[in-house]
Amino acid sequence: MSEPVKKSGRKTDTVVGTLLVAFVVSLVCSSLVASAAVVLKPRQVANAILDMRRNILQVAGLLDPARDVNELFEGIEPRVVDLETGAYVDDIDPETFDPAEAAKDLEQSVEVPAEIDVARVGRRAKHALVYLVRRDGEVSKIILPVSGYGLWSTMVGFLALEADGNTVADITFYLHGETPGLGDFIAKPAWRGLWRGKRAFDESGNLKLQVVKGRVSADDPLVDYHVDGVSGATLTGNGVTKMMQYWLSDHGYGPYLRNIQGGEGT
Amino acid sequence: MSSAAKRALIAPIVDDNPVTLHVLGICSALAVTTSLLPSLYMCLALTVVATLANTAVSAIRHILPTSIRIIVQMTIIASLVIVVDESLKAFAFETSRELSVFVGLIITNCIVLGRTESFASKNPVGLSFLDGIGNGLGYSVILILVASARELLGAGTLLGYTILPNVADGGWYNPNGMMLLPPSAFFVIGLIIWAARTWKPEQVEKPEFRISEVHRTEAL
Repeated sequence: MSEPVKKSGRKTDTVVGTLLVAFVVSLVCSSLVASAAVVLKPRQVANAILDMRRNILQVAGLLDPARDVNELFEGIEPRVVDLETGAYVDDIDPETFDPAEAAKDLEQSVEVPAEIDVARVGRRAKHALVYLVRRDGEVSKIILPVSGYGLWSTMVGFLALEADGNTVADITFYLHGETPGLGDFIAKPAWRGLWRGKRAFDESGNLKLQVVKGRVSADDPLVDYHVDGVSGATLTGNGVTKMMQYWLSDHGYGPYLRNIQGGEGT
Repeated sequence: MSSAAKRALIAPIVDDNPVTLHVLGICSALAVTTSLLPSLYMCLALTVVATLANTAVSAIRHILPTSIRIIVQMTIIASLVIVVDESLKAFAFETSRELSVFVGLIITNCIVLGRTESFASKNPVGLSFLDGIGNGLGYSVILILVASARELLGAGTLLGYTILPNVADGGWYNPNGMMLLPPSAFFVIGLIIWAARTWKPEQVEKPEFRISEVHRTEAL
């Protein structure tokens, strides 16, 4: 052992001194960390909520940089939906309902059967929090939270549908880990614009919405249901397709959207 | 400012740069430099941690028992990193999400522990404080150079503003997507080290051994 050349014989180089220094350092550091966490918590929670609201407003087409996000958000109506029946539930307060927390609770969540869990959702809450945009009292847009596995990790976002419960208004992803410069096209405005006016279901109610390889040609018979993919990021595009396949299926928002299409959406 | 103080502050920027001379802190230099803005926050975070850790370790250097000095330094660094990480989440939410785990990984950044162990534990508080800032700046200079090169060539933008209009948006520049992938950070750092050692040849390490030609008869 080659000890570093230092002045030996400092007072704290004893067992008691060592323990004392270790204790005091731990105490000071832990109180520093704890107080930082406590003091900054409200701001962090406010940031997270603000970010989610900004994304909802963006997908609803209501985001206005000149106006306050929370003020704009007043115009959006959160509702809790029972995914099994597709009906609105009024005994759960949408202000306090947290689908992510509910998904962890065995009582409030269901396992997605493996054969239909293409988006690798795992467990989901029995209820979902959807957002309604009203214009002159009528529902004009329905915003659905969606999530699914991309190439590297789970992509989380919102899908906005028009009042018919079929036509896509916009899509946004606020949390994803796709490759920068390749897979991150899913969050770019140019690609999101391609979704506008696409349709999810055909006349007989079959889900046809998907991201295809490369560009959608104008003579594609399913041009209304297909969205351009990006070469080099096929798996990210497939992830988005699978996300749609699950969330718009009967196990996802299917029953709810059928209610909307049947005119029970208000 | 005394010459020792000036040296502690200025030397790490070029002459004694932690990244190009000591080749430390490469992991985060590769990971966060795809664009300039997160890199700037990363530089700020590392400079703050390095400075405060240096100051704290220097302040307790006379009572720090030799047997537990590394773990105590790690504890101090880890606590500071958590505080910085939490602050970023509170005040720079968007960027903190882009930086994700890399702020947390400052704990394992060799520059910080390297400076507390090799400098702060032997030098007075004032000098250690300046040394922390100096090394933070040295790291920042390289990160900013790498991030600027990668964002400009990879996306045609700087801080999100378009500098080279992309072909996709009707411009003339065809972005080099490889610049946004991790290997290109290696290339850029390599080029910077090459440039630095050409400019300051005294930074070139002496070879550890030399292959010498021997006469065939000697080898036998």
